[in-house]
Amino acid sequence: MAREDYEIVMGLEVHCELSTKTKIFCSCPTEFGGEPNTHCCPICMAMPGTLPVLNEKVVEYAVKAGLATNCKIARNSKNDRKNYFYPDLPKAYQISQFDLPLCYEGHVNIETPDGEKTIRITRIHIEEDAGKLNHDEYGRGSFVDLNRAGVPLIEVVSEPDLRSKEEVEAYLRKLKSIFEYIEVSDCKMQEGSLRADVNVSVRKKGATEFGTRTEMKNMNSFRSIVRAIEYEANRQIDVIENGGEITQETLRWDDVSGKTFPMRDKEDAQDYRYFPDPDLVAIRLSEEYIENIKNALPELPESRKKRYLEEMGLTEKAANFVTASKYYSNMFEEASKVCGNPKSVSNWIMSDIARILNEREEEPEELKFSGKELGELVSLIDKGTISSAIAKKVLEEMFENPEMPSKIIEAKGWVQISDEGAIKEVVAKVLEANPQSVADYKAGKDKALGFLVGQAMKETKGKANPQMLNKLFLEELKK
Amino acid sequence: MAISKEEVEHIAKLASLNLTEEEKERYANDMTEILEFANMINSVNTDEVNETIGANENYNVFRKDEIVQTVDKETLLQNAPSQEDGMFRIPKVIN
Ligand SMILES: [Zn+2]
Repeated sequence: MAREDYEIVMGLEVHCELSTKTKIFCSCPTEFGGEPNTHCCPICMAMPGTLPVLNEKVVEYAVKAGLATNCKIARNSKNDRKNYFYPDLPKAYQISQFDLPLCYEGHVNIETPDGEKTIRITRIHIEEDAGKLNHDEYGRGSFVDLNRAGVPLIEVVSEPDLRSKEEVEAYLRKLKSIFEYIEVSDCKMQEGSLRADVNVSVRKKGATEFGTRTEMKNMNSFRSIVRAIEYEANRQIDVIENGGEITQETLRWDDVSGKTFPMRDKEDAQDYRYFPDPDLVAIRLSEEYIENIKNALPELPESRKKRYLEEMGLTEKAANFVTASKYYSNMFEEASKVCGNPKSVSNWIMSDIARILNEREEEPEELKFSGKELGELVSLIDKGTISSAIAKKVLEEMFENPEMPSKIIEAKGWVQISDEGAIKEVVAKVLEANPQSVADYKAGKDKALGFLVGQAMKETKGKANPQMLNKLFLEELKK
Repeated sequence: MAISKEEVEHIAKLASLNLTEEEKERYANDMTEILEFANMINSVNTDEVNETIGANENYNVFRKDEIVQTVDKETLLQNAPSQEDGMFRIPKVIN
């Protein structure tokens, strides 16, 4: 059988760091970075005799995340201990949630080539992050930094509803975008605040039973997740095609070799011996508490999209693109307010800004300029101060040096030439230097005009007003 | 319900303990007795009792999300058997 005869079935466990000021069970800061072990205290270092106290914001943020992903919210919930030994886990157990997660039975919708698709969310629970192990190149030992230990996470578990790497990426981007909109996490993959484990199995198309699955860990970018899925699905199909069987195991993705490897420390059948943490008490949420959070939720991407379609005249494609990221969406709204031309703003975001980000392998949150700058850029084009060719150069410059476009233009001397006298001079010069094109035009070859305008643009380093150039060339050629 | 020697071995492995054969026998007996003792609770009729979460009647004990740092790194690391560059130094962990 061929690859096309198989279907890939995937479910995701997404870990997302909450952007609270302090850790989940102690008052240490969660801030990223910092000297090793400087964001720590006896509680997150698991000193004997210390007691955890739950951060109220962690519950609030998790409920917000649940409501924004259409989950039911548990009225009664609790924390449980997940027991295992690993040097980055100082207590030898992680405080997590087992049978009573805060949120359950939700869903999000993603866009696929066949239209909208619903991905079911099994549950969202709260738990603490582990510390970080550093290894030195001489093999003298490992070094433990507990700054991350106790940073609050939510784990979002999906049903096995995903069928392609594109769907996985769309689902992840959707979660990231929702959590950014409701401001519960900054979802920075490069800082590890959004991580995903992917459960992968394959089965012949039309089969109703799931195949044996493997769980992949250690992917830290959208690109590596997509590559890992591709590799692992093909590996499983090859095993089955060669008469083998898939072993249920945890795999580590290695980005350098582009392969998955079994994780040795996870070999033993996982037996975490969960039990309720006796140091913590029950969480009971009232209707009023949940209602208040629901009412305070900020506008979600779906509602923004509707507004962009109905009130701002964007196309479906543009509205989808702009609302996919809170950063794009906020930039779009601010820039549109400045210049009053939302269509043009959305075009700049979809084409040039997205392209440059892609070339730089950056995400929208890394943009150094805001809607204020982009709005001015569009205004300057609309007013004829710069041509769109120059505007592209200004935009490139804004990625390096996030100044106001008017300042950049002034500093670089890129103001458009709209002075009729100056343009007439250029036109005369170009006509004189290109008698053949003039003859061609007069012989009926309209294309020659484009060539002449291009020459004039070259002459003025792109600064001539294109409408005026066109008009003056036509006037001269008709003489 | 009797605890088998295999179950003792599994639990010992999860707890990273090395047990002698004699210890395995003894713990299997001890654990069986402990379980039997705890199982007494199953004979209580709980038909009229609501399900509870945890042994404590308190609920919603929360902390405000405010940074408080009281102990410095040197103090926190002072009992570490080995340290380097402000980190706990441990035997090499292979991943
Ligand atoms: Zn702490």
